[in-house]
Amino acid sequence: MTDPLFRVRRLRKEFAGHAVLRDADAEIRRGEVLGLIGENGAGKSTFMKILSGIYEPTSGTLELEGRPIAFDSPSDARRAGVSIVPQEFNLAADLSVEENVFLGAELLKFGWLLDRARMRARTAELLAELGANVSPEDRIDSLSAAQKQLVEVGKALAFDARLLILDEPTTMLTRREIDRLFALMRSLKARGMALVYVSHKLAEVKAICDRVIVLKDGELVREAPIAEIEPAEMARCMVGRELREIYPPKREAAGSVVLEVRGLSSPGAFADVSFTAREGEILGFAGLVGAGRTEVAEALMGLRPSSGVVRIGGEDAKARNADQAVRRGLGYLSEDRQGSGILTGFGIAENMTLVSLRDYMSFAFVVDHEKESAKARTWRQRFGIKAGDLDAPLESLSGGNQQKVSLAKTLDPGPRVVIVDEPTRGVDVAAKQEIYLFLSELAGKGTALILISSELEEIIGMCDRVLVMREGRIVGELEGEAVQEREIMYLATGLQAGANA
Amino acid sequence: MSATLAFLQRVEKERYAAFAALAILSIVSALLSPFFLQWQNLLNIIRQVSYTGIIALGMTFVIVSGGIDLSVGSMAAFVGSLAMIVLNAASDAGLAQGTAVAGAIACAVLAGLACGLANGLLVTKGRIAPFIVTLGTMALFRSLSLYMANAGEFRSASSLFGELGSSAPLGVPLPALILLGLAAVLAFVFKRTRYGRYTRAVGSNSRVARYSAINVDTTRLAAYTVTGLMVGVSAVLIAMRFNSVGSSTLGVNYELDAIAAVIIGGTSMSGGRGTVWGTVVGAITLGVINNMLNMVGISPYLQGTVKGLVIIGAVFIQRQRQ
Repeated sequence: MTDPLFRVRRLRKEFAGHAVLRDADAEIRRGEVLGLIGENGAGKSTFMKILSGIYEPTSGTLELEGRPIAFDSPSDARRAGVSIVPQEFNLAADLSVEENVFLGAELLKFGWLLDRARMRARTAELLAELGANVSPEDRIDSLSAAQKQLVEVGKALAFDARLLILDEPTTMLTRREIDRLFALMRSLKARGMALVYVSHKLAEVKAICDRVIVLKDGELVREAPIAEIEPAEMARCMVGRELREIYPPKREAAGSVVLEVRGLSSPGAFADVSFTAREGEILGFAGLVGAGRTEVAEALMGLRPSSGVVRIGGEDAKARNADQAVRRGLGYLSEDRQGSGILTGFGIAENMTLVSLRDYMSFAFVVDHEKESAKARTWRQRFGIKAGDLDAPLESLSGGNQQKVSLAKTLDPGPRVVIVDEPTRGVDVAAKQEIYLFLSELAGKGTALILISSELEEIIGMCDRVLVMREGRIVGELEGEAVQEREIMYLATGLQAGANA
Repeated sequence: MSATLAFLQRVEKERYAAFAALAILSIVSALLSPFFLQWQNLLNIIRQVSYTGIIALGMTFVIVSGGIDLSVGSMAAFVGSLAMIVLNAASDAGLAQGTAVAGAIACAVLAGLACGLANGLLVTKGRIAPFIVTLGTMALFRSLSLYMANAGEFRSASSLFGELGSSAPLGVPLPALILLGLAAVLAFVFKRTRYGRYTRAVGSNSRVARYSAINVDTTRLAAYTVTGLMVGVSAVLIAMRFNSVGSSTLGVNYELDAIAAVIIGGTSMSGGRGTVWGTVVGAITLGVINNMLNMVGISPYLQGTVKGLVIIGAVFIQRQRQ
């Protein structure tokens, strides 16, 4: 039993030539909880997806009990004893607990009839083992988040899992539920199972894990027994990289206050958010995924119900729909380019004028194509969009060029306050640099810019001032020299600033 | 030059397919029967398809916006019945024939508009799936017209009304002229106005539309209302044609023909893409198919089979292209 249960050697994964996981070596031992931590984009998900058979590695090997193994699919991995409890539950809401546990791997009688008795009995057994107060016949949509989580765990355990991966399992749980989950993890560990615990919550990592590995930019940068590493040092390992020289120099910031938000709340998303933004300022919104940043932007745009005070230039700007928000001088670049940003079947020019179309009317309702194309040509030149034909459908463009079109769409009405949400997601470095330069110029001309980003480097490289959100609230504000990765990370993860630093 | 060509190909591809299908079908028909290309036969075809063709123009907006309207046939019977009641009441009251006919036309158009608005409000404000809303109003409109006519028919007391129905200004049957006129107007609205652009945007991705400050509900509402208006126009034209309205027969299966015309015309069933002229071509194609089946002596009972296969085939071809 000297071999670890699972070992990865020189594991590498590239997407379109870009390495997101760089030759990582790691082992996962029986009867151990291994903490896997890293910033967004550090390669954690890729690592997990390779372990659970969703991705195939570009190079490198997986070994199970000393023997090389390759998974063709998640069900393949499941058969080999590797199960994952995903962050987003993967349960069919209209089916019962029992039907979900065996979904896609139903037990059968005579080779074709569902063996419901056996599945029900096995599910009841699993639920009892997990201490879940749930019946196999309950429908999924009648369960709480914690109960659904237990069902996911049950699903993972139904097939003799030897390695269980938990991806951010505590984000939706209360303190008591977390304690129960930890107790469960300890008992699974005592039975010799190996567990991988992926989390941003470093205090929890310290509490439950036996060993921790840290990924940064796809590289495994630190491995340590939990006794030898404190949360503050974990945070330090996760960040602290050099800023590449792709950010424009900062401007002399700030004219007068243009946007004023007081006591903005949206039930279930965020509460009591207050801040101001000045003309010519780039204000960052940092925080972990799910901290409520995008939701604040949506509330300001009238896309999500909320209460509180919003003023632009001293006048009431609380919007009930996006049209009102645009009329009052707000612009929003959505984080979800495909889902809510651009229309792939539409042409480039048509996309650019989607928000501002009423500015292109002749006779009140007829679209002035000449005027529209002229403006589209201006944007193409300004952004260096690589497209010969402005009527070409948007799916013919690269991610970076699509993002530029989306940005042109947001800016075309000439907003006074612009919220850009993950403006460089899925964009190559060259386009990134262009977008940064453009945003900087925009602020230089007096627009108040709010930058929501999960890339700390981007926040630090671009912002004059940074608000950090955690669990739906603004938990800190950093300005000037204090805008540093470590400080932001402390605030975002809920550790005391400066503790053990 | 090559850019222009690429542009033409892209924009017109959907329409070309429908035109090509119609052209091939016409050649086959002409070969099968020497009567096909006779002027009278061609006029007949276009008159026959006009009534559902006009409705299909509105249906194009509904389907492009991502919806469906199953109630159009029943709605035609309902607003047609109302128009006849107004016509006869006006005649009985001793009003001039012209006034009575104008009243009947106005009644049909306004009632259609109101019915379409009701469908649209249920879909947008009521947040009920278009399929369900219009399935419900389909039953409702039919039942109301049966009740009003006691399942019989309304006969027009006005000779002018019937004369209008069979009139052919400039040698073209009146409904065909109206179809072409409305198609020209709606094609302009669809391609050139802000509303047309928004209709495509909403059908293409309603979330993107909402995030782009487009009023999604108003856009959808307008599509159903336009369809109601078209139903009103179509209903009064059919009533004129027969100089009567059969409460149980008028508009039966019109939803099928209208939706078929839209799909054959190249409009995407999933919304976001389509053309108004394509729909006109689709409607004529259906007419040519029926005409051909008649001429070669295939049982009229089998025409539904062919129509069904053509609809399924058209959607299948759309899928393959995607």
